[in-house]
Amino acid sequence: MDLFLLVIGSIFVNNILLAQYLGNCPFCGVSKKLGPAIGMGVAVIFVSTLASIFTWIVYHYLLEPQGLEYLKTLVFILVIAALVQFVEIFIKKQSKGLYDSLGIFLPLITTNCAVMGIALLNIKHGFDFVEMIVFSASSAAGFALAILLFASVRERLFISSVPVAMRGTAIALVTAGVMSLAFMGFAGMTN
Amino acid sequence: MLIPAMILGGIAVIAAVGLGVAARVFYVEEDPRIKGILDLLPGANCGGCGMAGCSACAAAIVEGKAEVNACVVGQTEVARDIAAFMGMEMQDNEPQVACPDCQGGARATRKYEYGGFDDCRAAMLFYHGPLMCDHGCLGLGTCVRACQFGAITMGDAGLPIFDPARCVGCGACVRACPKGIISIISETTKILHWNRYSECLAPCRQKCPAQVNVPKYIEHIKNGEFELALLTVKENNPLPLSTGRVCPEPCSLACRRQIEDEPVAINYLKRFAADYEMNSGKRLHVPVAPETGKKVTVVGGGPAGLSAAYYLRRLGHSVTLFEQMPDLGGMLRYGIPEYRLPKAILDWDIQGILDLGVKVRTGVSLGRDFTLDFLRAEGADAIFLAVGAWRDRELGLAEIKPDGVISGIKFLELFQEDPLTRVKGHAIVIGGGNTAIDAARTSLRAGAESVTIVYRRSRDEMPANPVEIVAAEEEGIQFRFLCAPNRFITEGDNLAGLEVLGMKLGEPDSDGRRRPFPVKGTEEVIPCELLVEAVGQMPDLDFLEKDGMPTLPTTRWNTIDAKEETLQTDVPYIFTGGDCFTGPGLMVEAISAGRFVARSIHYYMTEGEIPPIEQRQTGLVPESIFDSLVGVLPRPKVHEPVVSLEDRLGTFKEVEGTIDEEDARYEARRCLNCGTYCYDQELEAERAEDAESIAG
Ligand SMILES: Cc1cc2nc3c(=O)[nH]c(=O)nc-3n(C[C@H](O)[C@H](O)[C@H](O)COP(=O)(O)OP(=O)(O)OC[C@H]3O[C@@H](n4cnc5c(N)ncnc54)[C@H](O)[C@@H]3O)c2cc1C
Repeated sequence: MDLFLLVIGSIFVNNILLAQYLGNCPFCGVSKKLGPAIGMGVAVIFVSTLASIFTWIVYHYLLEPQGLEYLKTLVFILVIAALVQFVEIFIKKQSKGLYDSLGIFLPLITTNCAVMGIALLNIKHGFDFVEMIVFSASSAAGFALAILLFASVRERLFISSVPVAMRGTAIALVTAGVMSLAFMGFAGMTN
Repeated sequence: MLIPAMILGGIAVIAAVGLGVAARVFYVEEDPRIKGILDLLPGANCGGCGMAGCSACAAAIVEGKAEVNACVVGQTEVARDIAAFMGMEMQDNEPQVACPDCQGGARATRKYEYGGFDDCRAAMLFYHGPLMCDHGCLGLGTCVRACQFGAITMGDAGLPIFDPARCVGCGACVRACPKGIISIISETTKILHWNRYSECLAPCRQKCPAQVNVPKYIEHIKNGEFELALLTVKENNPLPLSTGRVCPEPCSLACRRQIEDEPVAINYLKRFAADYEMNSGKRLHVPVAPETGKKVTVVGGGPAGLSAAYYLRRLGHSVTLFEQMPDLGGMLRYGIPEYRLPKAILDWDIQGILDLGVKVRTGVSLGRDFTLDFLRAEGADAIFLAVGAWRDRELGLAEIKPDGVISGIKFLELFQEDPLTRVKGHAIVIGGGNTAIDAARTSLRAGAESVTIVYRRSRDEMPANPVEIVAAEEEGIQFRFLCAPNRFITEGDNLAGLEVLGMKLGEPDSDGRRRPFPVKGTEEVIPCELLVEAVGQMPDLDFLEKDGMPTLPTTRWNTIDAKEETLQTDVPYIFTGGDCFTGPGLMVEAISAGRFVARSIHYYMTEGEIPPIEQRQTGLVPESIFDSLVGVLPRPKVHEPVVSLEDRLGTFKEVEGTIDEEDARYEARRCLNCGTYCYDQELEAERAEDAESIAG
């Protein structure tokens, strides 16, 4: 039951994007069309789950015993960057199909704050291993959901008459704001 | 302090080593050329090549799945670099640019006022857009936003303006335009294009046999862009100086202004633009496509042959022209007299065609000096027969003609061979076509005391150009209508007169002309010393009987038979067109046939099949014929300067002159710049301004 709440909570209530506003750059950058947005969403789910596992292990088995918790941000950056690179090299060799559909997004995620944020939140909330995996995957799914919705909205925006001053990123940010207001409707469902 | 640093460093080292090992273990063989090509590509990632970005394009080029010139943005230079990089030969590729096909836009009638999203595609979702016109630009600027290269801007008239210098031909605008008005065109596609019912066509464009884009060149003249105007003409007509002088302007018969006013003097404007180039002494550059290695032989150097040679050459084929006479030009040189078309001017037109690299052999006649089999053996991939209609029809009044009787074309040819030929006494010309009038006006200039034209029908039935008839009347040529020759009157071997018979017109026959029949007892003798029989011509196809010729079917009018849709004869590599296919016609028709044949031959040689032209426009589009105009008021047409009557007789000086720049721009402004459904309405103020400038 707790895990279920955790899933609902991280997808809707504390949506990583719309409630915590992490991962804004791919959110604005790759959301002009639905196709790439889906690719991006899937890539984020994949990478952030993997990254969380590694950072969780590094934190609990290396940093904590040494009393070096304060180094976590720096170490996580290093670990995530190396990991993503590695994954890219790996799938390029092993699965051409997967590489063709995800490949170009992987480098973009290396420095994505959503991935980093999820890794840090795992620590902050003191999750155990299972909770950590569930939380990471569903937070990333929340990101995927948000970018998907947002891309659909932007496809509509593209053919509408937006005042000149508001075109492009400006209207995108406003839209994101409105969406996040909508997501606030979920607040209080869990705690 | 040491431990944190070591841990951090340790993780970094592990990551680095791990990645290093991974890069080796999981190394994917990637062609280094992909990276090389990627560096050469412009990196616009526009997708104009049809692939997902530049890297996909580079990979496709390396794998041989795409041509070295796949990149539309980089055009020739990039393609050349890539070809060099790949160690390949590269064919020059022609620049391709986007071109819109609507000048109307906001002028078109509206179904409703549209106030929705600023996007043509959105507007199209409501009842197929707010305009009644199928071809009309909606003007919401979707193409402007689609263009990544800033080549499209929105003009004042609410129509997009294309900047060919910035356009790379990627086709993004074509894909964005929901009305399908924009197309990507190259010089080749322009040459191969024929009007379709689905296009926006002003009535004049529908009527011109050569399909010259009349409103476009007039618009250029209006803007003072005389060179662009001429280049527009040359897209469909390589002999603008000559047509500018002798064309009877079928286009102006369809001119919409004529509903309220006189038609626009289209041919004066063409003549002005053509003369502008000649007077500047500098020829405009005409692009020629890369060599294809195909060889075409053209037999006959008249307008049909010259036009085919010009367009085939521009399509990149190698062309050789064979001509029986010492000089090129066909009837333009040996038929049409000097005072209508000075030969120095014709020479400039023809030189423009030869300059493209057309090889010429004059003084050799098909049937006498060479055969079709010989041309084929010499390596011709296709042959175009454009031998015109050079055999005079005869009246058959007497078995042995008395001295002083000569046929029309032979008579006119004499003056081309020796301009100082003289005639004496009274002359009679029989016939009502251009040949007859030209023979009459020529004899008057060559010293005849008086000249009479004898024609068996009435003036309205005369097939000659109306302006020619008027000029002949002005010069004092007498006309005997409804009058047919009956018998020569001779004095010894010499001609002394012609007995004629009065005629009456009967019912219209199959081709709509009223057939004349003689009235008994109306014989009368007109004395004369010279009689020119100009009663029509037909092709001289005797050469077909000779050895070494494939069998070519002919028609009962003694013309070469061919398929109307392709101008291909029963022998697949032989094509025909011009007067020898249609019978005597107009120069623009021959020019049009030349380009049409160039299209057929081009497809025949490169693809083997000649694709049909879908929805080919042949007749007038009924919806484009109006019976009233709104906002158009009469403005007088300009007049060409003409040489005075005294100056005309006794010399072969060119009679008509060219209008000056000011008149040309005024006349161009009379053009309503029509589309199929719309036209420019004039503003009161504009007209007042014009009236002033004329008065001033
Ligand atoms: C007197 C006269 C006045 C005219 N006035 C006008 C006018 O004002 N406006 C207008 O639009 N049209 C006019 N025309 C019509 C116009 O000139 C012709 O329609 C046009 O020239 C036809 O072009 P063509 O190339 O088919 O044939 P042609 O111009 O007849 O050319 C055929 C060429 O083939 C050559 N040839 C023929 N047989 C052979 C052979 N066996 N071997 C090698 N070469 C050969 C000929 O020497 C000639 O050069 C006039 C015609 C005549 C005769």
